[in-house]
Amino acid sequence: MIPKLEVKDLSYSYHSMDGETKALSNISFSVHAGEFLAVVGPSGCGKSTLLSLICGLLKASEGSVLIDGKPMETGDSRIGYMLQKDHLFEWRTIFSNACLGLEIQRNLDEEGRERVRRLLETYGLEDFADARPSELSGGMRQRAALIRTLALEPDILLLDEPFSALDYQTRLAVCDDISTIIREQKKTAILVTHDLSEAVSAADRILILTKRPGRVKDTITIKFPDNAGSPLLRRNCPEFSSYFNEVWKVLREGGAS
Amino acid sequence: MNEQVTSAQLTYVAKQNRRRRMVTAARVFVLIIFLSIWELSARIGVLNDFIFSSPSKIMSCMVEMIRDGSMVYHTGITVLETMVSFILVIVLGIGGAILLWSSRTLSEILDPYLVILNSLPKSALAPILIVWLGANVRTIIVAAVSVAVFGSILTLHNGFSNMDRDQIKLIASLGGSKKDVMMKVLLPGSVPMIVSNMKVNVGLCLVGVIIGEFLAAKAGLGYLIIYGSQTFQLTLVVTSILILCILSALMYRGIAWIEKRLEK
Ligand SMILES: Nc1ncnc2c1ncn2[C@@H]1O[C@H](COP(=O)(O)OP(=O)(O)OP(=O)(O)O)[C@@H](O)[C@H]1O
Ligand SMILES: [Mg+2]
Repeated sequence: MIPKLEVKDLSYSYHSMDGETKALSNISFSVHAGEFLAVVGPSGCGKSTLLSLICGLLKASEGSVLIDGKPMETGDSRIGYMLQKDHLFEWRTIFSNACLGLEIQRNLDEEGRERVRRLLETYGLEDFADARPSELSGGMRQRAALIRTLALEPDILLLDEPFSALDYQTRLAVCDDISTIIREQKKTAILVTHDLSEAVSAADRILILTKRPGRVKDTITIKFPDNAGSPLLRRNCPEFSSYFNEVWKVLREGGAS
Repeated sequence: MNEQVTSAQLTYVAKQNRRRRMVTAARVFVLIIFLSIWELSARIGVLNDFIFSSPSKIMSCMVEMIRDGSMVYHTGITVLETMVSFILVIVLGIGGAILLWSSRTLSEILDPYLVILNSLPKSALAPILIVWLGANVRTIIVAAVSVAVFGSILTLHNGFSNMDRDQIKLIASLGGSKKDVMMKVLLPGSVPMIVSNMKVNVGLCLVGVIIGEFLAAKAGLGYLIIYGSQTFQLTLVVTSILILCILSALMYRGIAWIEKRLEK
């Protein structure tokens, strides 16, 4: 079976007048359709860089990114990117914020509007369609940002610490919320996070990177009983802490070397 | 509004209202005192009313100007010149700032020239403009535009370059180009900054128009001031200055009103 997304031997360096910063070195991994991959690693190891490379915002120095076995093109709308901050624009309503992607792709027809309206309805924001972003709570804003991404119907979602701007309580709820939506929509997802418990509770597999320049140190497959579907339920399983410790151990080994 | 209004709150509101009324009354009082002293000293001869004019003379001059239509005529010319140069400054300011924002190399090349042009006292240019363009409305407008436009470009460009890089990343991740960044984020997000820049510019344009009218006009408030002082009609000069005060206050208020409307 061809993986949904394949990253082959990817390397990237930033250049500035002060010199070269090698951010990623020979990264290879693949993600299957419908899989939820979490990426963890020390701060500054190149996680955000990796996502930017996958969605074509940056050009790789070496290596390639394949989607469905074919090289990825810039501006490929099969990939949706969710940033740490929601960046909802205050001068637009929630509805027109959610339509931004379609508008930019010159694709905002009645069908697209209908899709956005349905998404807002499904995820409990229909009463806020005409509201301004400042009238929403942090969790609702993050959901609106997700709808903005989903409106383009991407197959693959890239999430760069999308919950880290929220307080802890909201964060648990929103993580639960968003990962449920993503699984429901059968999207392939890559989640970058600093929070190991978030990674263990949400993902099917965890990719652990070394410190800069980032390399793949290990991958750990996470398996929970079928009745523990959502992140909040998973947090209560006995497996949860053993996976957590396993990831923690692998990450710490890097610190010693 | 079903919250309980406590008596302490009522006392506070009443006290604030009383204070505000007092301030307004005091302002009017200061004006009346000032005008009375001026009028009185002119009447009893402490002030030479040929040089210092007097409130009553200014009043009758105003009435006369309204009657013969010269008030509307000269004020209208000045307003028109200010508006035309103001609109030109807005267009050139935003256009120039976008141009600089779209090319970092261009902005680095032009930066020192803009800074020099901006700090140059523009009144020094007026005599050359008369030679180049003639003593006419064109010179006045160019003078007014030159007073405001360089500062406007620099201020707006500076604001544009401070835009959040992640917002650019967001537009790019949705498949947008630099033009999308400009249309969807840069311009709509900069409206408050552009309006507050307009507030400064309307004042600067008026300064530029008056400088231009001093040197190159046959009509307008600046012309009246120069004409009045050369023919020793000081009442005319003071009256024109008074009209100018009212005019600039109105223009500033106009932009402030637009600003308020946009905030909603
Ligand atoms: N525009 C840039 N120019 C130069 N160096 C950069 C740039 N962006 C990132 N870097 C460097 O590349 C490395 C990787 O950055 P990246 O943002 O991908 O890390 P990260 O893993 O996402 O970090 P964090 O966990 O803090 O978000 C960092 O050491 C950073 O200093
Ligand atoms: Mg990052």
